[in-house]
Amino acid sequence: MPNYLYVFRGGMPPASPQQMQQQMQKWADWIQQLTKSGNFKAGEPLERGGKVLSGKKKLVTDGPYAEAKDLVGGYLLVGAKSIDDAVELARGCPVFEMDGSVEVRAIQEMSM
Amino acid sequence: MLAALTRILGMQNLALAEDVVQDVLCRALEVWKYHAPPDDPPAWLLKAARNRAIDLIRAERTRRQFAPDLQLGSEWTLAPTVTALFGESEIEDDLLRMMFSCCSPNLAPQAQMALVLKLLCGFGTGEIAAALLTTEAAVEKQLARGKRALMRAGALYQVEGRAQIEKRLEAVQHALYLLFSEGYHGSRELVRAELCVEAMRLCFLLTEHQACKTPRTFALAALMCFHASRLEGRAAGDGTLLLLGEQDRSRWDRRLIQRGFDLLDRSAEGEQINEYHLEAGIASEHCAAPSLRETNWQRIVQLYDLLLALRPSPVVALNRAIAIGEARGPEEALAALPPELPGYPFLAAAAGRFHQLAGRQAEAARCFTRARALARNRAEERLFDSLIHKASEHP
Repeated sequence: MPNYLYVFRGGMPPASPQQMQQQMQKWADWIQQLTKSGNFKAGEPLERGGKVLSGKKKLVTDGPYAEAKDLVGGYLLVGAKSIDDAVELARGCPVFEMDGSVEVRAIQEMSM
Repeated sequence: MLAALTRILGMQNLALAEDVVQDVLCRALEVWKYHAPPDDPPAWLLKAARNRAIDLIRAERTRRQFAPDLQLGSEWTLAPTVTALFGESEIEDDLLRMMFSCCSPNLAPQAQMALVLKLLCGFGTGEIAAALLTTEAAVEKQLARGKRALMRAGALYQVEGRAQIEKRLEAVQHALYLLFSEGYHGSRELVRAELCVEAMRLCFLLTEHQACKTPRTFALAALMCFHASRLEGRAAGDGTLLLLGEQDRSRWDRRLIQRGFDLLDRSAEGEQINEYHLEAGIASEHCAAPSLRETNWQRIVQLYDLLLALRPSPVVALNRAIAIGEARGPEEALAALPPELPGYPFLAAAAGRFHQLAGRQAEAARCFTRARALARNRAEERLFDSLIHKASEHP
């Protein structure tokens, strides 16, 4: 079964601690489902801020300061039969309720 | 708390779970020394334990295997999963599962009881030794062996489906029964009365669980209520044991007796009658009687007949003989006594009482002296001393 990466972008920050808890629970439930169906491999949520290294000089800057809707909020590695299957599975993701998006990318299997 | 932690960290990490509990308690004492204790200490402790468990899993998850069926590998699910398992009903379930795990058929009843006291009731080694009338070294050994067996099991016992758990449920009931009896038949020292309280608490947990609330469980709970209602009245102010006839029945706990009758009603469904039904029935007759003389001894003898047929034992035979004594007089009672009961003082004591009723004081005093030699604690010694004294006073 090939592997696919979900990249989650955007999503409104929670308005209250209760809302945050509800959101966390939704994510947990969804991933629980993916685990039961045998699709879940790995993945973590990401903090908002970080550092970016760029250029030949490996310049370090604070960031990324992308627009909220483009900011990566987390990733997931899943196994699926095909990209269509992976897309189908991604439909259950709670990020859509928060106006976010999921990018589905196949893991490239390198052959040498 | 320990049961929940063991569920999350996995049974193979039982020792680690115990460390976490210890840690959390120590931290609490330290913090509460300098800051006012929180409004709800148990909730505070659970929260601290939950956080400690999450930290531990984060730090150790590459090195150790935790509960394999739980979602602990990713931050997406770690905190919600652990938090959910610290919810009230989950904790009760884990307590039950731990109880069932402790009552493994590979362990002797004494070891099962030691484990229950240690892992479910939070008793220290010294307290367990005092409660089970053994030495700390022996308890230590039993616990170490028992914990190794638990850790080998890998996961808590699954308490699901009446048919699947039937055998193990019987073992759990028996362990609770023994625990209660240890507390009830010992003297009135604090730690021993506590055994009864703990046994009842765990038994009531059984009565609330879908798969565990069998007629047997209700009968056992009823039995405990009837006996416990008389705990307060069983000893005089100085700790001397009082015989049934000497007890002030107004000191018996009416609320517990009522609860016992309610439970006995609920135990009455189903075809099978079991030893807990019979024992609860006997205890209920005592509780319902306004005095020793007005007790329905005929009925009690009948119940003992059934009990003896179902579970023959010298102790049951002895109790039956005592009931016969009340119902039909001392000579028949003497004939009904079992031949011997090693290490148990109340056979000789009962014989003494029957001789006394038959007017043979000297013979009675001899019996009480034999009983005195077998006494197992100070309260029993005092009881027999006073009986010897009385028997020798009126030759």
